[in-house]
Amino acid sequence: MRIGSRVRLLAGVLTLGLAVSACGGARVADGANSPAPSGSGSGAPAAAGTVKLAVNPWVGYEASAAVVSHLLKENLGYTVELKELSEQVSWEGFETGEVDVILENWGHDDLKKKFIEEKKVAVEAGSTGNKGVIGWYVPQWMADKHPGITDWKNLNKYADLFKTSESGGKGQLLFGDPSYVSNENAIIKNLKLNYKVVTGGSEAALIQSATQAQEQQKPLLFYFWDPHWLFNRVKLARVDLPPHTDGCDADPKKVACDYAELDLDKIVSKRFADGGGKAYELIKNFTWTNEDQNSVANDITNNGMSAEEAAKKWVDANPGTWQAWLPK
Amino acid sequence: MTAPAAPATVSPALSAAPAPVVVGRPGSRLPRVALPAAVTIATVATVGLYLAFRGTATLPHDDEAAPFLFLNDVRDWVDDNRNESPLFLYLVNYVRLFIGGVFDLFAGALRPVDPPLLVAAATALGWFAGGWRTALVAGLGFGAFGVLGVWEASVDTLALVLTAVLLSLLVGLPLGVWAGRVPRVRRALTPALDVMQIMPTFAYLGPMVLFFQIGPASAAVATIIYAIPPSIRITALAVQQVSPAAVEASTSLGATRWQTLLTVHLPMARNTIVLAVGQTVMMALSMVVFAALIAAPGLGSAVIRGLSRADVGVMLPAGLAIVLMGIVLDRLIMAGARRTGHPGGPGARRPHRSRSRYGTAAVAGLVFAGGAVLGLTALGGFPAAFEIRIAGPVNEAVRWMQSSWYDTTEAIKNVATEGLLNPLQTVLTTAPWWLTAATVAALAWRVSGVRRALTALGCLLAIALLGLWEHSMETLTTVVVAVALTLAAGVALGVAAARSPRFAALQRPLLDAAQTLPAFIYLLPALALFGATRFTAVFASVVYAVPPVVRLVEDGIRGVPPTVVEAALAGGSTRRQLLWKVQLPMARRAVLLAANQGIVMTLAMVVVGGLVGAGGLGFDVVSGFSQSADFGLGFAAGLATVLLGIMLDRITQGVERRPSPPQQKMRIA
Repeated sequence: MRIGSRVRLLAGVLTLGLAVSACGGARVADGANSPAPSGSGSGAPAAAGTVKLAVNPWVGYEASAAVVSHLLKENLGYTVELKELSEQVSWEGFETGEVDVILENWGHDDLKKKFIEEKKVAVEAGSTGNKGVIGWYVPQWMADKHPGITDWKNLNKYADLFKTSESGGKGQLLFGDPSYVSNENAIIKNLKLNYKVVTGGSEAALIQSATQAQEQQKPLLFYFWDPHWLFNRVKLARVDLPPHTDGCDADPKKVACDYAELDLDKIVSKRFADGGGKAYELIKNFTWTNEDQNSVANDITNNGMSAEEAAKKWVDANPGTWQAWLPK
Repeated sequence: MTAPAAPATVSPALSAAPAPVVVGRPGSRLPRVALPAAVTIATVATVGLYLAFRGTATLPHDDEAAPFLFLNDVRDWVDDNRNESPLFLYLVNYVRLFIGGVFDLFAGALRPVDPPLLVAAATALGWFAGGWRTALVAGLGFGAFGVLGVWEASVDTLALVLTAVLLSLLVGLPLGVWAGRVPRVRRALTPALDVMQIMPTFAYLGPMVLFFQIGPASAAVATIIYAIPPSIRITALAVQQVSPAAVEASTSLGATRWQTLLTVHLPMARNTIVLAVGQTVMMALSMVVFAALIAAPGLGSAVIRGLSRADVGVMLPAGLAIVLMGIVLDRLIMAGARRTGHPGGPGARRPHRSRSRYGTAAVAGLVFAGGAVLGLTALGGFPAAFEIRIAGPVNEAVRWMQSSWYDTTEAIKNVATEGLLNPLQTVLTTAPWWLTAATVAALAWRVSGVRRALTALGCLLAIALLGLWEHSMETLTTVVVAVALTLAAGVALGVAAARSPRFAALQRPLLDAAQTLPAFIYLLPALALFGATRFTAVFASVVYAVPPVVRLVEDGIRGVPPTVVEAALAGGSTRRQLLWKVQLPMARRAVLLAANQGIVMTLAMVVVGGLVGAGGLGFDVVSGFSQSADFGLGFAAGLATVLLGIMLDRITQGVERRPSPPQQKMRIA
């Protein structure tokens, strides 16, 4: 009996609520349901807001995010929400207000077109200072032992070396998190390589395989990227694919060239940028080198530090770098 | 703690038919001698045809198949019209705002509360609901969130779970009551519920983002979709089982339909409905990790971070917190139900049984949390000083396992891959599609009858039309191997448990943990041990699916009447003979039920396996969620998984409806 009446009551309230608010229809960009734009701009510079920082799944990004979040919290008094999201999903977050900042964007011209030009919910906030390049790598010992293996033209000759239980008779190219930027399938198809992409599922799977390939002298061809701390630990050689030229990767199905070297950049939601505030200033000014990022990432992964501890260590050691980022 | 697995809820077809009708299987009409001969001929013919036509009429995978492109177009349309189409302006967007509002309400109420105050509140609630034991469980459970250092995330997760459960029950209970009283409604709902339960979670995360965007609201919707079927099903079952005599008495006294519902149906079905509430909570909790993928705040995000960094230490506190939250909520609900429930009501047996099952898990949690809290009260100052960092030692242990077990695990992996996975996959992917379809149809016809055979065949052909034949065959391989291993392990452990109560008691908490712990957490050590391979996915599926199989087998063997066992022993049979000739044949129904369960549960893990190199449909679904160009592929793969699940279910469903032969065998033994 109680259940019945309660259900009716709630249904009534729900209908009423809908009826009252249903005048103009609800648009997503109205941004109701998400707290006020962070930074709250002009009026209250000291009163800190909340910054919602997307964290994409690789440790270099996490290093940047940890340092920025440390400064936002300790020096500017903001609250920071770190959101573990994949790249594409992070962009969706600009629209709803779930995400204010993507701190390390790898290209993604299609998403820039959609969210910056068409939907106008995001804006660019300049370079991070990091140069990023994706490529195919083998351990250095393989390059020494098998001459010419780093030239794509010879890859088919060595395909047998890379065979595994998962690659179905072809050579295996190990890939990372399914959400990463990828032309692998197209490159293999268009260059007629006798290889199959096998997805390890995460950055960690790539790192583990690479470390094992070094320690146990097991052959491995894998997708990887620079900046990364792993280059300080394991000697890797990059496989030369046909060099990148402007527009050679315009059609994702016809890619037959290497990845471009990217100027990694920051993207923020339009609301966040318009709101101004010190947080936006700091993020706009943030720029550091690959070495900086690698040192923090290395502390996180290999020295048993939490991201916050590693960030604090770097901040304490490099005041000259980050003081330039603080809003004037 | 049998959250996602409780047999009553996962396999629709089984729970929906409490009293199996014995249908004559078509084969039984044939004369006895002809039967084995027919089977042999059919098998030989199939093998012959395979050898003759191998490699022809295969359906190779094409990333650009028409259905995928069509689904991509749909996606683009929705994306463009989200702020124009009336469907969104007046419906979808409001649903989103409303659910987001409910979440904000819960989160707003819970977040500002001081941790000690909330722990005290939970304890008081436990006291009020079920006395000092429940109070202790609730208090220690909530205290453990702080001790594990995941207080804030736990509160967010709690808010999300409460939102999803509240809304699921608001919709699910009335629907369940309606379905319980009107068979036509029940029949209409059943297929929809089937799809909701078999559809891999990842597959509807994509559409979720499309319709509701990311954030707590859409995470709550995804959770509701997953958690609502048990609330509808169990409620319907409960209402259905209310004694017709009582209903008749009520109507003959002149009660209206509403009065009968409120005064007879609901009170009598009450205890079972409480079970539905408990199940809904468990299902909602098992979605926590997936919810984090679409920006829901809470414990899931730590699990995701741990996965991308291969850091079990980061995941484990969050995982334990999820388990503990499950224990606390379960105890609270059960205790509350017992306190106010009618003793001896029609469903009274069920909550009691599940209580004892959860009991061991609760005790394990208690010991853990109790030790932690006691150790820390000495230190004082909650929560910062109370936190225990378990990351370090846990990671040490994993690293040790990885280096010292490497050779063994490598050997296991290679044997399973070369011996089972590769040959089967080769056969399935190179066989002509018509031969596979004919084999499936014949098998289903033989086992389950004509109608189910047609359904199975229809599912298979639909998969072909979706353009996902090859990947479905890869997934089928993984599922078949995983089910075989699950059954082998499950029967062995179940038999051992049935024979030795001590072993059973020892094993029980482990099984409970294996079921409630988010799969991602043991995926990581598996990944470290076995690498990114199909075998890792198989391994994870087996861990996930073994517990219910063990339970069913154990129950089945225990259920063999002691007189029969005595008679066999007196007749001079050895323990081995007793097992093979008496106990297992008599527990046949339970074992077959376990097989069916194993299939459904393994399929549920297939997609998670896609994250660690399993390929097939699982990977399509994952990649559809993370790459916008693959949206259509991912969604179609989700549908194909459902079709594959229904197909396998239909093939195996008929098995346990056969008249089982143990009576004859018994005499022989």
